Amino acid sequence: MSTERSILDLADFQPAAANGLLDRRAFCKGGAALAAAMTGYTLSSRAGAQQLTDDPWTRTPGASLKAYGTPSRFEARVTRSLSNPNGEPRTQHGRTPHHLINGTFTPNGLHFVISHTGNPDIDPSQHRLVIHGLVERPLVFTLDDLMRYPMVSRMTFIECGGNSAPLWSPEPVEAGVQAIHGLISCAEWTGVMLSTLLEETGIDPRAKWFIAEGADASKLDRSVPLGKALDDAMIVLYQNGERIMPGNGYPLRLLLPGWEGNMNIKWLRRIELTEEPALSFYEARTYTPILPSGKAYNFYFLQEVKSFITHPSPGLALNGAGFYEVSGLAYSANGRISKVIVSADGGNTWAEAALQEPVLSKAFTRFRLPWRWDGGPAVLQSRAWDEAGNVQPTRSELVARRGEARRVPSVLGFPSQHYNGPTSWRVGADGEVQHVYA
Amino acid sequence: MSMHKLIRTAIVSALLLNAYAAYAQSPQLGKPISEADIVAWDITVFPSGANLPAGSGTAAQGAPIYAEKCALCHGVNAEGGLAAGLVGGEPLTNGIDTRKTIANFWASATTLFDFTRRQMPWQQPRTLSDDEVYALTAYMLALNGIVDDDEIMNAETLPRVQMPNRDGFMPRFPELMP
Repeated sequence: MSTERSILDLADFQPAAANGLLDRRAFCKGGAALAAAMTGYTLSSRAGAQQLTDDPWTRTPGASLKAYGTPSRFEARVTRSLSNPNGEPRTQHGRTPHHLINGTFTPNGLHFVISHTGNPDIDPSQHRLVIHGLVERPLVFTLDDLMRYPMVSRMTFIECGGNSAPLWSPEPVEAGVQAIHGLISCAEWTGVMLSTLLEETGIDPRAKWFIAEGADASKLDRSVPLGKALDDAMIVLYQNGERIMPGNGYPLRLLLPGWEGNMNIKWLRRIELTEEPALSFYEARTYTPILPSGKAYNFYFLQEVKSFITHPSPGLALNGAGFYEVSGLAYSANGRISKVIVSADGGNTWAEAALQEPVLSKAFTRFRLPWRWDGGPAVLQSRAWDEAGNVQPTRSELVARRGEARRVPSVLGFPSQHYNGPTSWRVGADGEVQHVYA
Repeated sequence: MSMHKLIRTAIVSALLLNAYAAYAQSPQLGKPISEADIVAWDITVFPSGANLPAGSGTAAQGAPIYAEKCALCHGVNAEGGLAAGLVGGEPLTNGIDTRKTIANFWASATTLFDFTRRQMPWQQPRTLSDDEVYALTAYMLALNGIVDDDEIMNAETLPRVQMPNRDGFMPRFPELMP
């Protein structure tokens, strides 16, 4: 830590809030010197500087290429966490390790997956998409057909309606960002606008909804207002440039940018235009949060504005006082993120974070803020705003409206859905990070 | 016609031609298909009863089917086990984490029929006949005291079943509802 301080003139950096948060423009001013002085988040203690020698891999030719690349063997722990690794007859969840990756999109092998009846092994040459119901001409499309249509690409997050559910617990659960917020990811999706296909089928004026249904063992189906189909719904074929992963809906899925993950039907095989919603199991029973009054919300649709800090977070210990970058993710179904603020003292004082460009609508926005940790107690939090003027509620505001669970749930449990309040991480004097309420 | 109007007419005509050209250029690769050829996939049942199939069943008929095909996961007395319990349930006012059940939560009996036909039994979905699904639906409703043991469930009677919590819901964003 003395090394960092020796090459930086800390007086150059203006405090932006209490407990060491610095102005978001400090990195621009500090440039390479500051970048070099950044203290990393690691699991092992940092070795001191010593005389440099040539390492063995500099003195022998390296390995041959693989036809399909995989990460370094030293990154083997960067994996999804699995709720049901043996495939017992119940839902399987794979959660994204947001604390071990950075940037704004999620690699395909780490994209979160929820499969209610496992991943089907679909032969794309046999797959069909049928559009029928209240249309002028029911049509069926093969994959070869769809591949010839005009395509668009967009970055979009997909979030399970139950993501962050452990935060409904009356006491903070002992868990990190992967367990709490691992059911959201962001990717570049490429495919055909649903509106393009509906131009060809025609739309009966009586149609108000469409039912989308998968080809998995669940035949999972959800009802979607027709307006979303004409706005930005897509039939997607590619995920981050390669064909969609099996767990994300291979060979094609519905994408409803910003809307509840479960509605983005995977393995899509059927779209039916209708006058009324189906009240399918998942829309009638699962994604229907109970309110303190005993009534329940249905048709929740939107994943509202939210943010959480990924670095630091539990599992990423701080190696001594000094400079760190606080960073995390913000997103909203209602457009672009307009502002993120960060606190290092449990919400008493706040500093505005820098937003990584480009800031895209309904996609992850990475926020960053330099922080000089003095080695004392700190509680980190973030709050986000979107361009529609929505603000991420405080936890107490949210609990006042929505209530909280009666007892501490399993970290894999879903006591309710659609939590979008803040997350608080306490940094101890030993550098360990813990989930708290603040 | 003034020059201004002529120009405007020309522009509108050009736009229409372009729109027509764009439509004509769209790939048009979908193959027409008749509703008769979609029947095997067209399984969504609506709360109005629309698209319920022919067939019928009673709770008495459903009991032995339940014992054979459902009890292993849902419990001999539907009390739950590997899969969710299907009977009882505390009042929803007890807490936001109240377990949602057929008796305390489900708004429409058609959802129960649809989900059973669509996804059950977990290891062998779509193997139940429509009569068996009606009988199992009747059995689950009777276990919860919602219908009588000898009440026949079919496309006429099922949508008329009065679920206890049918008025318990409100859309989160009314402005997004069609």
